[in-house]
Amino acid sequence: MSKEETRRRIKEIGLVLMGGKTKMQRHHPVAVRLNEQIGAKKGYTFVQAHRAWFPKLFFLWVVVMLLLGWLTYSYMDADNKVRRVEVLGSMCDQRARMLQDQFSVSVNHVHALAILVSTFHYYKNPSAIDQETFAEYTARTAFERPLLSGVAYAQRVLDSDREKFENQHGWTIKTMGKEPSPNRDEYAPVIFSQETVSYIESLDMMSGEEDRENILRARATGKAVLTSPFRLLGSHHLGVVLTFPVYKSKLPPNPTVEQRIQAAVGYLGGAFDIESLVENLLGQLAGNQAIQVYVYDVTNTSDPLIMYGHQYQDGDTSLLHESKLDFGDPYRKHQMICRYHQRAPTSWTAINTAFLFCVIGFLVGYILYGAAMHIVKVEDDFREMEELKVRAEAADVAKSQFLATVSHEIRTPMNGILGMLALLLDTALSSTQMDYARTAQACGKALITLINEVLDRAKIDAGKLELEEVPFGIRSILDDVLSLFSEKSRNKGIELAVFVSDKVPDIFMGDPGRFRQIITNLVGNSIKFTERGHIFVKVHLAEPSKVMINGKSETYLNGGSDEGVLTSDGHQFKTLSGCEAANDWNSWDKFKHLVSDEEYRADVVEASEQVTLMVSVEDTGIGIPLAAQERVFMPFMQADSSTSRHYGGTGIGLSISKCLVELMGGQIKFVSLPRVGSTFSFTANFRRCKKNAFSDMKKPNPEDLPSSFRGLRAIVVDGKLVRAAVTKYHLKRLGILVEVASSIKMAVASCGRNGAAASGKSIQPDIVLVEKDSWISGEEHDLNVQKLDWKQNGHAFKLPKMILLATNNLSQAESDKVRAAGFADTVIMKPLRASMVAACLQEVLGIGKKRQPGRVVPNGSNVLQSLLCGKKILVVDDNLVNRRVAAGALKKFGANVECVDSGKAALALLQLPHNFDACFMDIQMPEMDGFEATRRIRQMESKANVETNGGFEALARRGDWHLPVLAMTADVIHATYDECLKCGMDGYVSKPFEEENLYQAVAKFFKT
Amino acid sequence: MEVGQMQRQWVDYTKSLFLEGFLDGQFLQLQQLQDESNPDFVVEVVSLFFEDSEKLLNDLTRALEQPTVDFKRVDAHVHQFKGSSSSIGAQRVKNACIAFRNFCEEKNTEGCVRCVQQVKHEYYLVKSKLETLFALEQQIMAAGGSIPMLELNF
Repeated sequence: MSKEETRRRIKEIGLVLMGGKTKMQRHHPVAVRLNEQIGAKKGYTFVQAHRAWFPKLFFLWVVVMLLLGWLTYSYMDADNKVRRVEVLGSMCDQRARMLQDQFSVSVNHVHALAILVSTFHYYKNPSAIDQETFAEYTARTAFERPLLSGVAYAQRVLDSDREKFENQHGWTIKTMGKEPSPNRDEYAPVIFSQETVSYIESLDMMSGEEDRENILRARATGKAVLTSPFRLLGSHHLGVVLTFPVYKSKLPPNPTVEQRIQAAVGYLGGAFDIESLVENLLGQLAGNQAIQVYVYDVTNTSDPLIMYGHQYQDGDTSLLHESKLDFGDPYRKHQMICRYHQRAPTSWTAINTAFLFCVIGFLVGYILYGAAMHIVKVEDDFREMEELKVRAEAADVAKSQFLATVSHEIRTPMNGILGMLALLLDTALSSTQMDYARTAQACGKALITLINEVLDRAKIDAGKLELEEVPFGIRSILDDVLSLFSEKSRNKGIELAVFVSDKVPDIFMGDPGRFRQIITNLVGNSIKFTERGHIFVKVHLAEPSKVMINGKSETYLNGGSDEGVLTSDGHQFKTLSGCEAANDWNSWDKFKHLVSDEEYRADVVEASEQVTLMVSVEDTGIGIPLAAQERVFMPFMQADSSTSRHYGGTGIGLSISKCLVELMGGQIKFVSLPRVGSTFSFTANFRRCKKNAFSDMKKPNPEDLPSSFRGLRAIVVDGKLVRAAVTKYHLKRLGILVEVASSIKMAVASCGRNGAAASGKSIQPDIVLVEKDSWISGEEHDLNVQKLDWKQNGHAFKLPKMILLATNNLSQAESDKVRAAGFADTVIMKPLRASMVAACLQEVLGIGKKRQPGRVVPNGSNVLQSLLCGKKILVVDDNLVNRRVAAGALKKFGANVECVDSGKAALALLQLPHNFDACFMDIQMPEMDGFEATRRIRQMESKANVETNGGFEALARRGDWHLPVLAMTADVIHATYDECLKCGMDGYVSKPFEEENLYQAVAKFFKT
Repeated sequence: MEVGQMQRQWVDYTKSLFLEGFLDGQFLQLQQLQDESNPDFVVEVVSLFFEDSEKLLNDLTRALEQPTVDFKRVDAHVHQFKGSSSSIGAQRVKNACIAFRNFCEEKNTEGCVRCVQQVKHEYYLVKSKLETLFALEQQIMAAGGSIPMLELNF
């Protein structure tokens, strides 16, 4: 790599570095804003604020739900119970009432019997009733007394009457124990009895304690009286005995007790079998099974006597109902007690309802709780994510900052290293030292390139890469790239060529730096992987449809012959160098079409605003293995790992190129055949530059080629048509009319023909450019002869200059041969570049400025010297020391320097016409700063230009006033640079002056 | 003193100036600009720098002594000073100026006064160093020797 390149690199690095810095500063507010966001989001939501309460709330809820469930159950159960009690009460009452009714019916009937006895036994004389009648009657009316097991009549017999009575009846009075009764005051022997109780006939009722009491009470009250329950004779059932008094005579209306006792003649008694009685009764009723019924005699309240009921108490003791029974005996009290057989059945409905209620409540609670917990969890997650996001973003910012910082930190010392190495290389070094220094420089450059690439990649990833939009000329950029690689290609013996179709506009808007980066990358790759053959960069307007169709048809048309060409080994391919390429886009068959096609459609696309360029870089290198072709554009991927070992590089270049191409609105693709070569092609969109837009930027127009060759004629002798077209392209740019001949013989012939046909006009070529291959391939012996021929032709008052085009450096022997063969004039080393060709031609033809064209590759201060020598330069700076240093630096390179200390003084000096070639302008000056001064200068110039252009067309050339103004500034940041361009400056140099920096800036304006 | 020894001394001294950060690459550039056609270029420029600086320092001191400090003016002076110091490669002066300008922007009088002292300090330091250097050069020249090219490998 050349030194010039190094310097440019250093400069670029500086720029990117500044860019990195600003980027870094820009990151801070972002980070701050992020933090604020976090702060805002940290405010707890309601759910978050009360998260600790949720389990408690949930527990509370469950308890409340259980409570509610219990309440529901109790409510429903209480309802049940009330109903149960009511049912029990009503059933009990009903039973009591029925019992009572039945009882009173029986009592009434016994009463009736008593009256019957008194009427028919005592009032009738003789008695109408005897035992038989009584038994008959009572048996037949037994249905009336269902409750009574039987009735009997006992007559009152006083002791005095006993004998008489016993005699009359024929039996003695017996006690209950069936023994002859002892003597008492009175007796009550049963004289009539129902058949069911006939066993008590002749028994003295007064002898039983219960009966006696009953009898006494009955005759005293005159009403039916009951005994307390006791076991009845003849049966095991409990029973009570009902006793009615029978009075002899009619009683007075309100008889006293004494009267009643006196009047009593007998007693009618009946035994109630309560047990069977109640059983019968209950049997008739529904719900009999459900309840237990007890009947008690509660005359003595402290000791109730049971009359009916099972003794075993397995029923529901908790609930009972008492019903009063009135059996018509005021002296005795009875009651009925009912209770359920079984305990209250558990209320399934209530339980179910309560249970369901609980379950639903629990579920609802759980859902709410779950939802809340979920919200909490989600919010937690969210916060966590947020935090992670912030951290990731912070990390990203940190990464960018780190990258910027690190690259800055690396670049700064690297700049120093490279700069110092460059300076070191300028000093007198021994060859070993030189070698070491060069190696060090190469490594340093590689490192810087890598850093740049990584930074680029990072920038692209971050979407922070923005393309510039400045006018630039693609041809000069391609020339630059070519010059970059010329040495390498020459050393390798590879043909390196550029062809830009005529249709491509000279200038358009875009990002020259990035465009150059892509081209450099592609060409660099090609150079790296190519050992023989050629690398061909071709640029034309992309009109995909048409070109592709043309290409297709061409393939079909020539299909057969192409096959032949490809297979035949010794055949030369019609490519640039004759080597086979990956595809035939750039073979002559296509190429010629393209050229003619574009000529044909001269002004079709002129109107459109966009220019789409199609750039292809073809090489005949090792190609890309098929397996690796897919990942060619992936960063850090190389065809295989051995690539980096063998060829170096990081594999990041292509991915950057792809990104850049995409940024430019294009696509990149490639065709590659292993061991044959690769062709990378990409499209890119640029904006067409408006004519007036760059009129004031005329000077930096990169196509700043000398015009002194206009109208010259040249013949290019080249057997390879594509290569010839390339040569033709470069010459055409210089305004030279070119014809192509495939051999020297043909060239001579055509000249001769021309001469002969139009002898008077003497259309002689001024220059003959001969390709080295064409010359060497066996025609050298002819050359002198032909030259002679030319001479003899008579028209040759001026011999055409013979120029040899060579790909690689000629050996001593070769150059001798060349000289001998008549190419004394010069040898142009490829790759061709218009400016270099121009320089050579100047030397050969002796026209144009006096310049030392010897060195094709500009080299450090020598070039600066050549650039600046004799130039008149104005330095404007208010700082004396700066001024002195700048002047010193410029003077060193032979410039004629004048200094002023203010913008005003500069304006005074720059009144048109002046003879300054350039102006270095400090930006920060008191009174009038550099921007303002430049603006004024440009105003003056444009006024002058308008005047002269308007006035005299002839003077138009002189009227192009445009003094290159370069800003001198200490802070080389983009903003300043943009400002510089805005106010009409042409560039800037950073203060303090540095050689490479100066060269960079100056080289644009003072081209060789 | 022998010429060779003086030359060595000169080289060492110059190196120490770089190593201690008094000077930077710009001074080297300056030295490179000096050649036969312009033999006293460095001395000339540096003397200019001295003159300019004395004036600026005076101005600065005066400006800061005013009851109301015109920071714009101070800044302009410091800018000038920074420019000229960076032009001759007086690195430490330049750095002091950069700090100074920050205080100017903040309109921090106290900081500015401190900075003036700092700048002055650095300036006199580098001045004495450079004067020593030039004296050494003159001795070498007087002894008939030439100033050696400085090795750039520090």
